[in-house]
Formats: sequence, C-alpha cells, structure tokens
Amino acid sequence: MNIYEYQAMSLFSQYGIDTVPWELVDTLETISAKAKSLGGRVMLKAQVLAGSRGKSGGVKLVSCEKDLKSTAEEILSLTIKSLPVKSILLAQAVKIKEEYYLGLTLDRGLKKIVFMLSSSGGVEIEEIAQKTPQKIHKVYINPLKGPDESVLKNTLLKVFKTDSARDEAYGTLLKMYRIFIEKDCTLVEINPYAAVEPDNRLLALDAKINFDDNALFKHPEIESLRNPEEYSPDEIRARKANLSFVSMNGNVGCIVNGAGLAMATMDIIKLFGGEPANFLDVGGSSNPEKVLNALEIILANKKIKVILINIFGGITRCDDIAKGILMAKEKLNIQVPLVIRLVGTNEEKGQSMLREKGLAVAEKMSEAVKKAVEVL
Amino acid sequence: MSILVDKDTKVLVQGITGRDGSFHALAMLEYGTNVLGGVTPGKGGQTVGSLEVFNTVSEARAKFKINCSVIYVPAKFATNAIREAADCGIALIVCITEGIPVIEMLENYYYVKDKGARLIGPNCPGLISPGKCKVGIMPAHIHTSGAIGVISRSGTLTYEVVYNLTLNNMGQSTCVGIGGDLIVGSGFTDLLAMFEQDNQTEAVVLIGEIGGDEEEQAADYIRQNMKKPVVAFVSGRSAPAGKRMGHAGAIISQGKGTAQVKVKAFKDSGVMVADRPDEIPGLLQAALKE
Repeated sequence: MNIYEYQAMSLFSQYGIDTVPWELVDTLETISAKAKSLGGRVMLKAQVLAGSRGKSGGVKLVSCEKDLKSTAEEILSLTIKSLPVKSILLAQAVKIKEEYYLGLTLDRGLKKIVFMLSSSGGVEIEEIAQKTPQKIHKVYINPLKGPDESVLKNTLLKVFKTDSARDEAYGTLLKMYRIFIEKDCTLVEINPYAAVEPDNRLLALDAKINFDDNALFKHPEIESLRNPEEYSPDEIRARKANLSFVSMNGNVGCIVNGAGLAMATMDIIKLFGGEPANFLDVGGSSNPEKVLNALEIILANKKIKVILINIFGGITRCDDIAKGILMAKEKLNIQVPLVIRLVGTNEEKGQSMLREKGLAVAEKMSEAVKKAVEVL
Repeated sequence: MSILVDKDTKVLVQGITGRDGSFHALAMLEYGTNVLGGVTPGKGGQTVGSLEVFNTVSEARAKFKINCSVIYVPAKFATNAIREAADCGIALIVCITEGIPVIEMLENYYYVKDKGARLIGPNCPGLISPGKCKVGIMPAHIHTSGAIGVISRSGTLTYEVVYNLTLNNMGQSTCVGIGGDLIVGSGFTDLLAMFEQDNQTEAVVLIGEIGGDEEEQAADYIRQNMKKPVVAFVSGRSAPAGKRMGHAGAIISQGKGTAQVKVKAFKDSGVMVADRPDEIPGLLQAALKE
C-alpha cells in the first residue's frame, strides 16, 4: 500500500525525523495564510500516488503571493498518470547546499533489509543506479540482529563530509529503521535528504513510504490512510468481494483460480492473439458466491467481448464453481459468450451440471483459450 | 528415491482443527501419508478422524517420532507455529498459510535456518512424492509416480503442468511448491541441487513467475551445476509493471523481475522454455532423448 507524501511526512514527524516545515492545502481559501506562516516563499507539490511529479508540472516554486493562487489552481487542475490532483503540499522554500538519498527496503534475493545511501540525492534512485552505481552505498541487515552500529557509521563516512552531518544522518537512519520494522514497511525513502542554509541542518524534503499489504491487519492506523485512487473502481469492488483483481486494457474477461494459472491464462490469451481485460484469481475457497461476484465485476466493464473461465480445482471444487456459474446465468444478464474450462476436484459433477444447462465445457486450457479468442 | 518426503516421513499437522487443516489432514491420511497427529493450542485431547490433537508440538513430539510438520494456521499465528516446530527440532516444516507479513517471514527465515530445519513455503501447496507421501493441499489424483521433478512458485499452475505430464505418461518423482511470497524458506536452487542428486529424477520442470530474481539465479545454477535437463515455464509475460498479481511476490518493481528477462536468462543458460504448459511434455521428451 502506498500513501501520499504528506502522510509519510507526518509519520516522519511522529518518529522525530526532521522535515522541512509544511502545510497541506486542498482549497484555495486558506492558501495565502498557510504560505505566509511558512515564510512566503514556498514549494507547491501535487499530492498524487505517482512518481516524477516534477516532470508533469506538479512541483512549482512560488516566491510572491500574487502567483500563489494561480499556480495552485494550475496544479489542482492537473491529472498526473491519470490521477487527478486533489491536494497540494506547501513546503517552506529552503536554500539547498547538498542533496543526499536515504532509503530502506527489502532485498528479496539476498533476504536482507538494506539501507541505501548516496551523496547524489534529488534524482530518482534508479537513475543514480544507472549513471553512477558507485555512488550508492548499501548496508545489509539481518532483521534478527538489527543494524550494526559500526558498519553503518563506516558507511556514513563515505557519504557525509562532517561529523555533525554523520551524527544527524545516523539518528535519521535509526528512526527510519524503527518505522520500517514497527509499521511493517517495504520502503522508507527520503529523497532528497538535504543540508540547507544557513546552518547546514539536514532535513527530509520529501517522504515516501510503502507498506506490506499482508501486515496491515496489525496496523489499523495505517490501513485508515488507504487512498482509493491507488486502485481502479473494479479493483476496489473486487477487494470488497475478497477477489484478487487487476484491471488490464483488453476485452477478454478472465476468471481463474490461483495466481500463477491466472497469469498463465492471460499470457496464452496474448499468445493466441487476444488481449486480456483483467487478472482475476477467485482464490482457493469453494464459495459459489465468489464466481457470481467475479462475473458481476467483469460484466461492469463494457469493453468485454467474451469471458473465459479457467478452473483447475484443488481445494476449489468444480461443482461449486458450476453452481456459481449457473447462479450468475440466472441473476445477471450475460450478453457475452462464456467459454468454460473446468477440471480437477469433482470435475465430472461440475461438468455435467453445466452441460445439462446447455453450456459447453472444455477440458484443455489451450483449447478453451483458442475458443475464447476466436469469438473476437 | 524422490526428494524431501517419502514412506518414512512422519507428519504432524499444525492447525489440525481448522477448516482446511482437518480436511487436508484426512485427505493426506487417505493418500497414504504417515500422518501421526495434530496440534491446536487449547484443543488437546480432541480428535480429528482417527488423529489425536495435542496442545503443543512438544507434547506431540513426546509421543510420536515426527520429522515433518505441515502448517495450516491463519497468518496471524503462523510465525509462532513455524518457530514452535523449529524449536522442537522438526527437520522439515511445510507452511501452507498465505498472508504472513514479509518482515516476520524474513525473521522466520533466519530463525529456522539457525535451528537447522528446512522450511518449504509459506503460501505454497506443499509437496508430494506420488505413491509415497503427500504433504499439502494438491489434488492427489492428477499425480503419478515417475522420473520428472517439479518445482514451482505457484499452486494451480503446478496442477496444470502435472496434469499435462500425467496425460503424456510422464510420472513425477517429487513435486514441490516453493510458495508465491517474497521470502520463502527454500528456493529453486536448493531444490535443483536435490533433484540433481536424486536417482529417481531424470529431468526437472521449473515453473517461475514475475518478481524477484530467483529464476535468474536458478538459470545460473543450472548452467554451472546441472547435468539433468531442465524445462522452464514463466508466467506473467502479459502482467503490467507495478501491480501485484495475486501472489505477494509476483510484482514487477522498478522494471525488475519481468518474465522476459527470466525467459532470456533461462534460454541463455541452455534451458528450454515452454510458451504454454501443454508444450512441457514434448520439450521434456526431446531433452531426455538427447
């Protein structure tokens, strides 16, 4: 799960990480007073869950009050990566002397938590990694042991120039680590972490945090920050129905059990010249309602020309799936062809239930996909 | 021989009184797996079918010689269950549970390793050596004993592949689901090494998917260490970047972990890659003839 920059900034403050002074604005009425309280010169930053906001015109510096409202209006009218901007973070404009990068994430391959530090902050870490990989310093952590003070301090020597900067940065890194562990994050990032005039104090000028979806049950305070714009309306409906769903651009609706098989089904649709409309995993349970919900969500997409149901029953029982399909046939007005492949646990029962109602059932996956694509 | 589980595997079921735990404990027993009992805290003394329920793993261990535990407890309690099994010296721990927080799993990974146990999963269907032992949730009837080893990050896609193998008279030595999470106990390379050593296994099918770089590591390992042929399939060629495709670990992040890169890594290492699951038997036959 992602959150807005301002939400991450607040979390930083709760953990004592120094951030640039800021205010959130969602109407123009209060903007002048808020800008004034920050000293007049302010950065306006669009709050959307997308990267490279600067390149899309979502980050602007304003030096005088007369430009403030027009610039804010401009930003509030933007749509960045198809996400409308609904609020702006006003940050005090600071004079930056140095820009650093501090990040904390998970290295899947090495099975470690990893700190990434760089003296080339202000640009995206992927860009630093590409252009000057020698400028990224990594410190790996075994979570059972926690960060090693001497290793971390030695690495700080390579990145920061003065003792006081190193001390400040060390404190910040430990606070980032606390957030990472206590809130079950998958990413905590400060970019830039900047030394600012007049006294070279280090401040977080930006904040980015991603959370582990699997751990949200432990953190209702984080779950409550969830922003609906992260997901399409179909994805939100699917989440409520407990279905794993991702919107795609094609016109072949898919209902599959299991994530791997669902991905493979989409791949083969493409291989045969079709375009999948969605990824949908009905999961392992045998609840006929889930099939009904899945069909309902897919049918809401008007681009759909055909629906492919591909089930390999393990825990899932084919007769339950058949029951769900027949329920949906009765309750929903299904105008597009259904192509059904149904094998595995209780397949004879499931297949005969469908055939009795005049529905064709395929046994082979390739055969079913081919049939679905031929409808187009 | 087969790998990891066989006739000598003595299984304990953690979470045996739950809906999935009780159903699969009995299904495993029916398959012929040597299931000795189960654990659910607070339900000691009850029974599930013919199986005795204990409050703790150590109580069960005092009564039976157990060398494998399969975990069906909900995600909230899974870390405790994994650690309890490791603390009791159980050599093979199979965790079916989906949805364990990743930092907990990272800690569990080192915890289990420090205790000298092997962990399969989590978020996996378990493993089966057809005709000998089934530890997990896979539909038993699609499997048949033979010479093909199967390793996979997926559940139902593995069934699809096994179904195609069996249809083509290619039985399996052992099929292992390693799990769809970001952090899993045993990876592709661990199991490739075991299949290379196993005298029943003549060839291996590896089923990967988007996310992480385990497939790339496996491709390297195969090139350097394997004499037996390996056929791979990678799902998620059509998956969009940045979206989690059902499995917690199936995500292309910052341009990394695409199916295309994985397929290329395999091909560069001389591993044949199937475009569809039903091509796998043909590729295996060709590889075995060489």
